[in-house]
Amino acid sequence: MSDAAPATAPVGAASILPEVPRLPSHLVDQLAFPHRGTYKQMVRACRDAGFEMCADVCAVDYLTHPGRSLPEGVAPERFEVVVNLLSLSTRQRVRIRVQVPGSDPVVDSIVDVYPGADAMEREVYDLMGIVFTGHPDMTRILMPEDWEGHPLRKDYGVGRVPVQFKEAPGPR
Amino acid sequence: MTEHERQEPELPEQVELTEERFAELEAEVAARHEAEERQLLAETSEGAQELAPRTSTSAGELRSEVGAVLRLPEGGYVDPSDIDVEERDDRTMIINMGPQHPSTHGVLRLMLELDGETVLRTKPVIGYLHTGMEKTGEELTYVQGSTNVTRMDYLSPLNNELVFSMATEALLGLELPPRAVWIRMLMSELSRVASHLMWMATNGMDLGSTSMMIYGFREREMVLSFFEKTAGLRMNTNFIRPGGVAADLPDGWEDDIDVLCETILARSYEYDELLTGQPIFRERTEAVGSISAEEALALSLTGPILRSTGVPWDLRRTMPYLAYDKVDFDVIVGTYGDNFDRYSVRLNEIRESIRIIRQVAEMMPPGDYRVQDRKVTPPPRARIDESMEALIHHFKIFTEGFRVPEGEVYVAIESPRGELGCYIVSDGTSKPYRMHIRAPSFVNLQSLPLLLRGGLVADAVAVISSVDPVMGEVDR
Repeated sequence: MSDAAPATAPVGAASILPEVPRLPSHLVDQLAFPHRGTYKQMVRACRDAGFEMCADVCAVDYLTHPGRSLPEGVAPERFEVVVNLLSLSTRQRVRIRVQVPGSDPVVDSIVDVYPGADAMEREVYDLMGIVFTGHPDMTRILMPEDWEGHPLRKDYGVGRVPVQFKEAPGPR
Repeated sequence: MTEHERQEPELPEQVELTEERFAELEAEVAARHEAEERQLLAETSEGAQELAPRTSTSAGELRSEVGAVLRLPEGGYVDPSDIDVEERDDRTMIINMGPQHPSTHGVLRLMLELDGETVLRTKPVIGYLHTGMEKTGEELTYVQGSTNVTRMDYLSPLNNELVFSMATEALLGLELPPRAVWIRMLMSELSRVASHLMWMATNGMDLGSTSMMIYGFREREMVLSFFEKTAGLRMNTNFIRPGGVAADLPDGWEDDIDVLCETILARSYEYDELLTGQPIFRERTEAVGSISAEEALALSLTGPILRSTGVPWDLRRTMPYLAYDKVDFDVIVGTYGDNFDRYSVRLNEIRESIRIIRQVAEMMPPGDYRVQDRKVTPPPRARIDESMEALIHHFKIFTEGFRVPEGEVYVAIESPRGELGCYIVSDGTSKPYRMHIRAPSFVNLQSLPLLLRGGLVADAVAVISSVDPVMGEVDR
């Protein structure tokens, strides 16, 4: 978490990342912003370049916070799928952020590249409503099967329990 | 009568008209309903979460249920016909295990397809403890946030607080005083000891060793009473907070740590006698639930499961955080990746953690236990009576919280279960815009179809236990 040290010279990723826009990484990880169409190719290239593990897949709904900083050439969309890849051999991480439009929340599944992304993609689908094409079992994982809506979206309200503060009828 | 006669000629006409129109309308409405329903079904049907008969399961799903995770290096799938999934449905039986099964460690539900006593397919069905903590995290300020995350992995709550605090501090660009870092390290390691002891207890229980159950809880209680002394609570302590820790260590903590380390270390050798060398225990754990290093990496498994396969990956060593690069410890690895290796990795990690705790106790630096930045940590209680400014700071921190600069960060630490990550997106306000926890138990559960395949139902209990899932963290 030391932000004092500048990003170390990327070893494995340097050769595979240049064609996609990047931000100078202010923290330890490298960031990459591939286009939705080339995302899977890039993940595959990363795996071949030595990123052995897909550490995490999650998504962010930028509905109410559209003005985030993105590198030039990347148009902000409503959703962002964030994939964390980990290289055990070179001890580095790369964070791939894919823009996914809200009108068509579909993105390629990376399960056949990293089988471990299976449950994580299901979780993203369940809670954020992003469909991963090519996923063998695209079903809800945490919410019940018949649940309506995707709770982590910003337009999905927070559940509340009404609280009565005074003049509530007593137990007797 | 006249009224009746007058109405007679009109009524049939009207009725006829309405009936016709009614029938038409009815048909129209019915058709529309049907179409809507069909469309709704097509749009919203998410398929069954449960384990379905083979005839109605797609090849891809079947593959993951039998644990065929290893793809060929070229990126192609393993052909399903290569693995014997050809059993007929009428010979096999699909049964439920859980969610109320006493040995599934909480509300984990497994659906198993059995041929006699042999497990063919497994599917973990989870979500019974889902409380939407990531959503809740978006509604709480960074000050309140650690009370939320601490309830996820309830067996090592301090690690959850730690990762959340570290992510927040990374966004703030905050440098901690050394004592805060070392106190965090002490608590994190104690938490690892407590968690592994709890695992030893429940794993012993699952294998029929009731005495191990009692011993594990007894030792864990020592750690928890130290937590109580330090943080005020045994579990869900909210002790590690953004900006440092909640309080300094209590007077005489070195003696407590001394006693604790000595007792637990001595007793860990008693476990050797009780379990490690015991023939029944070895029979039930050796070569049960094996997994190879490649499979573990492919499935994103971390923690003791990955290390048991021989991969020396421990974030404390490989990507050091806190001050783990200043203490001396070994990364424990196994060889075969079976239940016994996972047991030995955890048992020896208790000893290594105690080694770290002793070094921390020796090298504990003096100084402050939190950042003295009034924008992040509240002022001392006594200052509030004297200083108007302190009162304002206090009020601001506990009502509005502190603002965190825009940005996003992913921080990962080594929790007792593996890589515990926290991804925070900040929009510049005092609440995280998005807070995601990469829960190691959740990811590690994916190994169950592979670990259980071909084994016996009786071993399933032992294998589930050896993965060490904490359902609070799995479901969040």
